[in-house]
Amino acid sequence: MTPTKAIITAAALFSLAFPALAEIDLSGSWTSKNHEDAMERGAGPNPDDWAGLPFNEYGRAKALSFSQSTISMPERICWFQTQWHIAAGPFSLRIWSEQDPVTGKTLAWVLGGWETRAPMTIWMDGRPHPSKNAPHDQTGFTTGSWKGNVLTAYTTHIKTGYMRRNGAASSDQATITTTFMRHGDMLTLALVMEDPVYLTEPYILTRSYMLTEQPVAVAGPPCLVGYEGVDSGRVPHYLPGKNPFVDEMDRLYHIPREASMGGAETMYPAFRDKIKDKFTIPEKCKINCGAPGAPQAN
Amino acid sequence: MRISKLALALTLIASPALFAQGRGGRGGGPPQSPKASAPIDLTGYWVSVVTEDWRYRMVTPAPGDYQGVPMTQAAVRVADAWDPAKEEASGEPCKSYGAPAILRVPENLHFTWTDDNTLQLETDAGKQTRTFHFGSWKAPDGPHTLQGNSVASWEMNRDGGRVVGGTMKVDTTNLKGGFLRKNGVPYSDNTTLTEYYDLVQERNGDTLLVVTIVTTDPMYLREPFIISSHFKKMPDNKLWKPSDCSVRW
Repeated sequence: MTPTKAIITAAALFSLAFPALAEIDLSGSWTSKNHEDAMERGAGPNPDDWAGLPFNEYGRAKALSFSQSTISMPERICWFQTQWHIAAGPFSLRIWSEQDPVTGKTLAWVLGGWETRAPMTIWMDGRPHPSKNAPHDQTGFTTGSWKGNVLTAYTTHIKTGYMRRNGAASSDQATITTTFMRHGDMLTLALVMEDPVYLTEPYILTRSYMLTEQPVAVAGPPCLVGYEGVDSGRVPHYLPGKNPFVDEMDRLYHIPREASMGGAETMYPAFRDKIKDKFTIPEKCKINCGAPGAPQAN
Repeated sequence: MRISKLALALTLIASPALFAQGRGGRGGGPPQSPKASAPIDLTGYWVSVVTEDWRYRMVTPAPGDYQGVPMTQAAVRVADAWDPAKEEASGEPCKSYGAPAILRVPENLHFTWTDDNTLQLETDAGKQTRTFHFGSWKAPDGPHTLQGNSVASWEMNRDGGRVVGGTMKVDTTNLKGGFLRKNGVPYSDNTTLTEYYDLVQERNGDTLLVVTIVTTDPMYLREPFIISSHFKKMPDNKLWKPSDCSVRW
């Protein structure tokens, strides 16, 4: 063997010896385990349940003006969600990578979309985020980087969306940091939203997924606009002080209004001291008592 | 041929096996202890950040409210019979503070190393203590307990040969049955628990502890119950406020 061939051989073997210096494979179908926040992610949260949501008075006021009929507006039926819908919705994930056909380098990781959420493309090629004056859309712009086997993605340039599917809004200044932590066949995502307009602290959700051999769709069915009882041009809403659901959490679950109205304080254990004397265990669950896939057989 | 063998030898020498150690153990010295080789620092105080399952954690849910838990029919029967008055009379108020549930309780955590191989986790809520044994620790025979026997190991996260982080994996057995939620959702004596402790650095400088919790119980769960809890690192113990176990709160 000539010295040149030997060097090439060594280089090839060397590369094989380091198969995954700084990343792991995330590709595949990941089924969502909706064991936490089952109702919030499935049918949707109660209309005025903002407990544990660190929004400010502007966020609360905006949320209180929200009518669920808003999403029956023809202009809103197919209103795309931001990437926060990964955590707030119930859907499983299909993840794949896009390679440069010449170099083989990973250009991007992609999380497939769903009916009202566009795919999330996480650019890995070092490209910068657009100018702050660039247009925003629901998809946003996401870049990622590896630290060992942990992928962190950062999303900017999203349009106004929601933090919780009952009117708690995120602004177009919001950003989302998503951390991907894989443990064998399990994937945990930590999503952190920061929003200088509506949040006083970051809003954090963590979600877990299991690798599955059953393929998850790379995109959802197309969203179709139909008449749902709200005429075009009408904007369902509640005027200040007129939201009829403000005491629903108290009525259903004995959760005092000061808790269901949210705020950063409601995220922390010390808040329990404030409501302890106002709370009694409800007599019996009357509505929304079981999860999707409630027990059918032993 | 000699050059080829040399190339192969160089490659093998530089293989990842060389980097398969923790921070210690290089240079022929004795391997470092789990404490010394810890890829992440869990010690100190952490506070629950309750943004998920709020009405099942911050208050006691109504009897019969089981959203999200993949319960068997046997579990539903047990939970439907939950009676807080009877639980208080039983003299076992800590059933909802066992290892599968304790990290869902709104609380402050305190991690300390008790020796080179043992990490201890204390909670202010319910005054519970979990003990994570690293290395070749063997669980003693004995009755099942609320916190069970926990064996821990580090999963190193490397960038090349350099350790850039990691995960604490904990497997817990020998658990005494208890409640996954305060309203009597049961787990049995046959329950096993696997947990992954990861750190996440927020852009604002805060450090989060994310614990992925997998509870397996062939008697009361149709499939593993998978949840994740998160905690924020605190600079001191100012929020630490020990409280007794409670059946109703």
